[in-house]
Amino acid sequence: MNQSAISVAPRQDDPPYRPGEPAALFIPCYIDQFYPSIARATARLLKRYGVPVVYPTAQTCCGQPAFNSGYWEESRRVIRHFCDVFEPHRWIVCPSGSCTAMCRVFFEQADPDPRIVGIGRRVFELTEFLHDILGVTDTGATFPHKATLHIGCHGRRELGMAGPPQKLFESVRGMTYCPLPDMEECCGFGGTFSVKMPGTSLAMGETKVQNIVRSGADVVVSNDVSCLMHIGGILRRKPETKHIRTMHIAEVLVAGWEERE
Amino acid sequence: MYTQPIHLDGAEFLTEKTKGLAEPAAPGSLGVNAERSSKSNRAVTDSVPYFQDWREAAHQVKRYAIANLDKLLVEFERNISARGAVVLWAKDAAEANEHVLRIAREHNVKSVVKAKSMVTEEMELNRVLETAGIRAVETDLGEYIVQLAGQRPVHIVTPAIHMSAADVGRLFAEKLGEPMTEEHTKLADIARRHLREEYLQADMGVSGCNFAVARTGTAVVIENEGNAGLSTATPPVHVAVVGIEKMLPRLEDLPLFLNLLPRSGTGQKLTSYTHLIHGPAPGRKLYVIIIDNGRSNVLCDPAARAALYCIRCGACINNCPVYRHVGGWAYGWVYPGPIGSILTPHLLGMKQAGELPFASSLCGACSEVCPVKIDIPHQLVHLRHRAVNEPSPMRSWTERLTWSVWAWMMAGPMRYRLTMTGLRIGVRLSRFLPWHPGKLGAWTRGRELPEVPGPDFRHWWKRNKNKYEP
Repeated sequence: MNQSAISVAPRQDDPPYRPGEPAALFIPCYIDQFYPSIARATARLLKRYGVPVVYPTAQTCCGQPAFNSGYWEESRRVIRHFCDVFEPHRWIVCPSGSCTAMCRVFFEQADPDPRIVGIGRRVFELTEFLHDILGVTDTGATFPHKATLHIGCHGRRELGMAGPPQKLFESVRGMTYCPLPDMEECCGFGGTFSVKMPGTSLAMGETKVQNIVRSGADVVVSNDVSCLMHIGGILRRKPETKHIRTMHIAEVLVAGWEERE
Repeated sequence: MYTQPIHLDGAEFLTEKTKGLAEPAAPGSLGVNAERSSKSNRAVTDSVPYFQDWREAAHQVKRYAIANLDKLLVEFERNISARGAVVLWAKDAAEANEHVLRIAREHNVKSVVKAKSMVTEEMELNRVLETAGIRAVETDLGEYIVQLAGQRPVHIVTPAIHMSAADVGRLFAEKLGEPMTEEHTKLADIARRHLREEYLQADMGVSGCNFAVARTGTAVVIENEGNAGLSTATPPVHVAVVGIEKMLPRLEDLPLFLNLLPRSGTGQKLTSYTHLIHGPAPGRKLYVIIIDNGRSNVLCDPAARAALYCIRCGACINNCPVYRHVGGWAYGWVYPGPIGSILTPHLLGMKQAGELPFASSLCGACSEVCPVKIDIPHQLVHLRHRAVNEPSPMRSWTERLTWSVWAWMMAGPMRYRLTMTGLRIGVRLSRFLPWHPGKLGAWTRGRELPEVPGPDFRHWWKRNKNKYEP
């Protein structure tokens, strides 16, 4: 656990997970629409470890965009919908550190209703659920590429969980891990910040891209695809960085699985 | 955004070149220097095995102090005035300036030496003294440099962090007629030589105060260059300006902060000098001005109270990626970086500083290094919430409407699907647009939009769910 995290967000992991208990997928809107392969990989990972998966189809969004923009009244409406949908589920798993931080940390700030706070604390980031709750240390994935890891700031600092993605990533076989210089630095996405202060956001992204190039990796992996949407957008804009791909950690953790399933 | 300079009581801020917070306009050296100090300071704090415990303890001491300010301030006044100091209260910068000018008139002051103090920057004391025909010279090397250059500090601890040694050499050559040099020791010698004269001539010294200990009535000033010692002890009159949030309950609480502040500020285990001022020396005068200047606005907002725990170390500023790119002046006032973004809206009001809380990606790097554990990102979102609900440049009915529509669309699965279908079509079509308006244009200025893949996850799940469901 990162000792200097802002606040170690309380999570509802007591009583401990009992084998056979189902997990509800919370698939953030941009993953649902633009990166469905991440959601598929998430479902496969959970199934692999014997976790029955349910996907409440009425789910929409965690309310973070409005919350971070200051529109808490509007955000609350979406948060309440989230809670209505996920109330029956004991374990909620989400392949995004940022959306998980919204549920676990910021629900309380947006709406101190104990029902809302309680449901928010049942949300787990995927690698955190695999590593801390299920005790997975190696998914048996094979990924023969030069890859680097960027851990999103919300997961790292609001949830204090840089360990699980790092450990699971390092366990991947055949991969050349190229450590990212200044890895703990923000990529500059920041949600609406990216379009409210575009020049500053881009300058921060350029710094991140320079570090990715310095790492020598061909693939940038993260547990937050929102960072990757921004980083990948910059990478693809320029001919000299176009070849560098972005991938979510869930996709890497199932890489090379086909033949054994 | 943030194109207008902030004006306060007719004072002109932000005269230096800046493109505001939305564009990176800081000289490269500023970012490099801030990052370097952040890393080296971090190495120092990380090497202390109990550093996290120190932070927690400091947070608790400050929490107690700020919660009991009413008692501690009076206790401090009683104890320091019992030893002959004159304590004056000022509700704002104007009142504090009046006090200083009255003291200056009383003692027939012609020139003033100033030790580094951010609260006197809030008061714009140099300009006020100048207007009254009193010469004021900054004696901290960094402050001296920015004063000579006619600028404002870009940083609260290292005011000239944006300048290289060559910049300073050129400045000294131009303003002081000294031979050009880039050597640090020679530059320090030049400043020392010029400043020595100032201390000897000065009729009054003005300083800030890092900590004010209530139980013993002690004003604590820490520094490295010896200039604060000379400024406060050489002239016959010393005026210390103390923000109300500087209180510490007991002298026993001080060592913790003397350990934390230099490590987080400059990576030192201790500053070169620590002055504990208990009262005036025989035959001299000590005035202590206790100033509010908007700080009690923070007390009125319980969710923001921790902003007053700040001990002005600048760690959050050095570690802030936004600050490194936009520089100090972009924040428009005395306090730049994350601490400025959560303090200035209270001190100046939302109307003037409502944009500041939005100048952050909410990455939390500030909070991670804060020695008194201020939850800066949480305060930023809290202030954003206030900024869009109170009179401020960020309150906008069109944006309110947009988010209301968004919330309605996101509060039901059918509406969500409809919105997302529209979004997918929009992203696909946007490739054919000759130019991108508004926020879309802000995104595509330097970034590609994501590719739109085949069917969304829901479709896949419908076909495959029996393999996964219990």
